Amino acid sequence: MFEITSFFPRAVMQGVPLLFGSTGETLTEKSGNLNLGIPGVMYVGAISGVIGAFLYEQSLPSPDAINGFLAIATPLVCSLAGSLLMGLLYCFLTVTLRANQNVTGLAMTTFGVGFGNFFGGSLIKLTGSEVPSIALSATSSWFSRSLPFADKLGWFGEMFLSYGFLAYLSIITAFIASFIIKRTRIGLNLRAVGENPNTADAAGINVVRYKYVATCVGSMIAGLGGLYYVMDYASGVWSNNAFGDRGWLAIALVIFTIWRPNIGVFASILFGGLYILYLFMQTGENLALKELYKMLPYVVTIIVLIITSMRNKRENQPPASLGLSYFREER
Amino acid sequence: MLMNKPNRVPLVHISKRGAIKWYAVLAVRIAAILLALIVCAVVTMALTGENPLSIYATMFKGAFGTSRKIWNLCQNLALLLCVSLAVTPAFKMKFWNIGAEGQVLIGGLATAACMICLADKLPNWLVIILMIVSSIVAGAIWGGIPALFKAKWNTNETLFTLMMNYVATQLVAYFVIVWEMPKGSGKIGIINQSTEFGWLPQIGDYKYLLNIIVVAVIVIAMYVYLNYTKHGYEISVVGESERTARYVGIKVERVIIRTMLLSGAVCGIAGLLLVGGTDHTITTTIAGGRGFTAVMVSWMAKFNPVVMILTSFLLVFLDRGASEISTVFGLNQSFSDILTGIILFFIIGSEFFISYKINFRSRSEREAEKEAAQNV
Repeated sequence: MFEITSFFPRAVMQGVPLLFGSTGETLTEKSGNLNLGIPGVMYVGAISGVIGAFLYEQSLPSPDAINGFLAIATPLVCSLAGSLLMGLLYCFLTVTLRANQNVTGLAMTTFGVGFGNFFGGSLIKLTGSEVPSIALSATSSWFSRSLPFADKLGWFGEMFLSYGFLAYLSIITAFIASFIIKRTRIGLNLRAVGENPNTADAAGINVVRYKYVATCVGSMIAGLGGLYYVMDYASGVWSNNAFGDRGWLAIALVIFTIWRPNIGVFASILFGGLYILYLFMQTGENLALKELYKMLPYVVTIIVLIITSMRNKRENQPPASLGLSYFREER
Repeated sequence: MLMNKPNRVPLVHISKRGAIKWYAVLAVRIAAILLALIVCAVVTMALTGENPLSIYATMFKGAFGTSRKIWNLCQNLALLLCVSLAVTPAFKMKFWNIGAEGQVLIGGLATAACMICLADKLPNWLVIILMIVSSIVAGAIWGGIPALFKAKWNTNETLFTLMMNYVATQLVAYFVIVWEMPKGSGKIGIINQSTEFGWLPQIGDYKYLLNIIVVAVIVIAMYVYLNYTKHGYEISVVGESERTARYVGIKVERVIIRTMLLSGAVCGIAGLLLVGGTDHTITTTIAGGRGFTAVMVSWMAKFNPVVMILTSFLLVFLDRGASEISTVFGLNQSFSDILTGIILFFIIGSEFFISYKINFRSRSEREAEKEAAQNV
């Protein structure tokens, strides 16, 4: 039997990047933009944070001179700025220039993943510094710092209080996003834009502005997922392609939660658990079986996708205009 | 009626273009690519400190430097083109199949299965026929599943096909460990290296010539299929308007399933060429992102199989050239992804100027309109 106290925290830590990604993508999709560039955005969010932290650490006279506030603020601001730029690029191409969303998204993923791996692999050479690898342990320790009394509380502390602040931020963000979408006028307008931009426009809602803001904020939230992964989960060590296909898994999570970020809080832990389940399964000699366990999150997502479309309940459907550009003069 | 705030008259008015001359389209596209190349040169210059001319010289050398490099370029071009052709009929129908990656993998897996499990049990020619059939069937099934659900319950195909990629990846990962050679290495080496059993035949001395010929045949076949057959016509009608298609009596569900079976089958052939004709092994990354790149190749060519030769050439050239730059200047290999991304953004953006017209209003016009709005 595996131990829940060691399984659960690891599932949560796997789930946090997915939760950030899916919250961001849900906001984006609610405005009718299917941003398939989210994996790229998350890479850019991660590498921007790393670049910020790297330059900050390099500028310090000694590792002891680190300032806690700057250690967190520099990567955070850089990461947000990086993913904001990606969001703006996506909006400019799809909203202003009305380009095809699938193509734009895939191009952004190519670009973003390449951008991350390129700077991750060449940052040391480009800045001409003399460190062997990117290991930002000093700044990372500020990100993964948990509450001081967490380890005094036994299993409870280990399961619920042992995470860095970004993990809690991801949960808070998800609940706030959920509240805004469901309970506020802004959310109502946003959903109207995603369902039928023509009607929304006729009702006096500024469609372009809603699409821009929702997509950019969504990108920034998703970028934080990349930042959490590299600064907290990976302890500040960047290795190329380590982030893997988590970006696509975040998009899967959006479907799995049927476009509800508050469900995402629990679903992300479930997905995180499924993602690492193979580590805890007693497969003995049969290593191959572990690979089949890794398939689970995707299979589950496909099943949810099929069931929601078969039951055809109106509140569980994707936004009606998802993936379509809006042009006012088009009939 | 008196208004507190005079109506704002925007500076530009955007309207849809009607017909546009072919040379204007060409001019816009060339301008976009030139602009993109300038931006790429500036970015490369900033990172390497070289002058742009020598950068492009390096890229040319990387792509066409030796005859081996040219063959490599043609080979990569053929495979990317094959996957792009595969997704095209689906896209023309507005069925966003972004699962080509998985369909190629499954085709490759079926090929590898035949090569490994049937080695020395059947004659070589029979195994090769079985490889061809099984890869086509496997790809078709992988593409057909999402189509079936789309036709029956309108399940979102973009997300479904995307997820199928990872199911295929894990399935390949599973079999890689089952068939690993040597045991414990976690990978399959070159399959039947000594006997060359199940390898697609080599034409003369040219290792990749067969792949190139096969893909050339598919280009022509696809062009004819899309433009001169009843099926191709039905695909266009369904893509333009599903309602019209139903109204004129086209069975939309059948067209969707049939087209996706075809799309998956051609992806399966790509998998066959990769495993049986090129690499003679299988890994989870053997498709190498071609399934996603193919989406952009096909879209840039406006779903025209012949133009696709050009667009896939552009992307393959960039890839080879940029990887030469990264080798020469000691940069990371992902550099080519950045350049590809930049070029794609420009081409994607340039489409706007082809389908829409921007009408600037002169100052006097704006004044007049403002006045008119106030006097209503």
